[in-house]
Amino acid sequence: MKDNLARSLTEQDVVVARELPDILEPKKRRSGLIGFAFRHPAIAIGGGVLLVMFLIALFAPLLGTVDPSAIAPSKRTRAPSADFWFGTDMLGRDIYSRVMYGARVSLTVGFGVALCASAIGLVIGLVSGMVRWTDGIIMRVIDGMMSIPPILLAIALMALTRGSMGNVILAITIAEAPRVARLVRGVVLSLREQPYVDAAVAAGTRMPKLIFKHILPNMLAPITVQATYICASAMITESILSFIGAGIPPSTPSWGNIMAEGRSLWQVKPFIIFFPATFLSVTVLAVNLLGDGLRDALDPRMAKRI
Amino acid sequence: MSAPLLQVNDLKKHFPIRGGIFSTVTGYVFAVDGISFTIDKGETLALVGESGCGKSTVGKALLRLFELTSGQVVLDGQRIDQLSNSALRPLRRRIQVVFQDPFSSLNPRMKVRDILAEPIHNFGLLTDKAAIDKRVGDLMEKVGLRRDAIDRWPHEFSGGQRQRIGIARALAAEPDLIICDEAVSALDVSVKAQIVNLLCDLQQELGLALLFISHDLAIVEHMTHRVAVMYLGKIVEKGTRDEIFRAPMHPYTRALLSAVPVPDPDVVPNRIILKGDVPSPMKPPKGCRFNTRCPYVFDRCRSEEPKLEMLGHKHRAACHLNDLPADENPMLNAALRV
Repeated sequence: MKDNLARSLTEQDVVVARELPDILEPKKRRSGLIGFAFRHPAIAIGGGVLLVMFLIALFAPLLGTVDPSAIAPSKRTRAPSADFWFGTDMLGRDIYSRVMYGARVSLTVGFGVALCASAIGLVIGLVSGMVRWTDGIIMRVIDGMMSIPPILLAIALMALTRGSMGNVILAITIAEAPRVARLVRGVVLSLREQPYVDAAVAAGTRMPKLIFKHILPNMLAPITVQATYICASAMITESILSFIGAGIPPSTPSWGNIMAEGRSLWQVKPFIIFFPATFLSVTVLAVNLLGDGLRDALDPRMAKRI
Repeated sequence: MSAPLLQVNDLKKHFPIRGGIFSTVTGYVFAVDGISFTIDKGETLALVGESGCGKSTVGKALLRLFELTSGQVVLDGQRIDQLSNSALRPLRRRIQVVFQDPFSSLNPRMKVRDILAEPIHNFGLLTDKAAIDKRVGDLMEKVGLRRDAIDRWPHEFSGGQRQRIGIARALAAEPDLIICDEAVSALDVSVKAQIVNLLCDLQQELGLALLFISHDLAIVEHMTHRVAVMYLGKIVEKGTRDEIFRAPMHPYTRALLSAVPVPDPDVVPNRIILKGDVPSPMKPPKGCRFNTRCPYVFDRCRSEEPKLEMLGHKHRAACHLNDLPADENPMLNAALRV
């Protein structure tokens, strides 16, 4: 009996392990744009919406618009219809055309301010963080500027000059740059204490290379995020300036001054405010999404995540 | 006897403390307060002491990461403590550093290739791109990493591997002296042993001198030639490894040694427990700096600061007890291990 069992086990029941599939399929990394979009949905959505807004701003005349400042008193405050997609305002101007053209102002101001404020803040912050004796002076001046709310400062600066897009960008840049400078200085101060910076100094790295290879690349993430916040807040500040009449003159449509003009009628004709407000909100949201996505993507620890 | 590779004379580093509205100097942290030592070619000197005694400040001072308060640093017969940054730069090649934390000592935004090529490029050791690539690959192999890993980012390596990269970066400059600032303290035991052995092998192969800053006496005993014991910014005892570990002549050294665990359950260590904390380096005590915690303190210790007295060929200790006759010295009568 035992022998039988042993023989049967040795001869018949020799189990050869089946070829099993791997428990986990090796993950395929999709290449190209679609793969990138799947890995970074925030960048894809934010960037996509922004791209649409850019195209709108660029091709506003080709999007079935009419002259945004053409007045038609007989067609005042029409509700949205097939002829007037977003309705008309109290002067009979086509709101659809005005919103499309208004994208130009918002995007120019938003990105112009983000760029200028980041560049100026970066330089001031780097000087303040790397050249220690300037720190006290620069930081006291910045403290002074930051004690004024940025919108108030922008309004005050606009009151000194006439309303134009360049002046609006300048005013908001001056109001926002101290925040960047403060951030950059803080990051520089913490980065220059990092052992890898000490090791680079010991390895004979000169100051310019130290800044460009060791300090600036490690500031990319906080600065990009800050720049997107500034971009979004500059769009809102521009709207506020236009809304209170201190910004871009009503002859140039901007989302802010369309809303300003619709303000008195918003309870009876809410569509006048609704469309520019929606475009503003969606654009600001897209910029913030893009910023969050970039922060993750720019971090090499996250980038190679499976 | 040939001149030492590095000679440090009466090195001081006092950090000013600023306070008040106009940032006036309200006091100083006496981080390093007059220490002297030498390191010969191919030799390991261990600098030991508890946290906050100024060990790392000594390392950074030798790298000239800040200006010294006073003292001399002589590298191969040339004073380097007063050189301007540009005059010092070519000499920086000869002293390199490996830091404690393997995670913050590598720039997260540089690939290993660029990290290792940086010193080679800065010091003009090689200019041809292919030659630099080959050298970087050789360095990786020398520290036990794969040659083809040079295109990876630091975060793709483990702590021990990163420490190896840190060592490779130090080697890239072809230095004479490597300062290991707690280089193995952040690693777990098995990796620690690997890195220590790697350092020992490299030292033999390349004739490197090491300044091994550590608080881990077991490792120090394993790898060093000479030891200097620091307490509160001063060297209290220095000598060869055997002198320090077999016949310590300073109560602080004895207390440190008594804290080393012995991997033998039958040995009952005569543990010397020091009371209280290290005094603040802003207000070091008068007389002997160790007098607030010394178990054998007597009047003279509170008024007169002991000097480093010669006790043997290379053995020096700063303790008034050593002026007493041997049979009246309470420190010598207490056995190290029961």
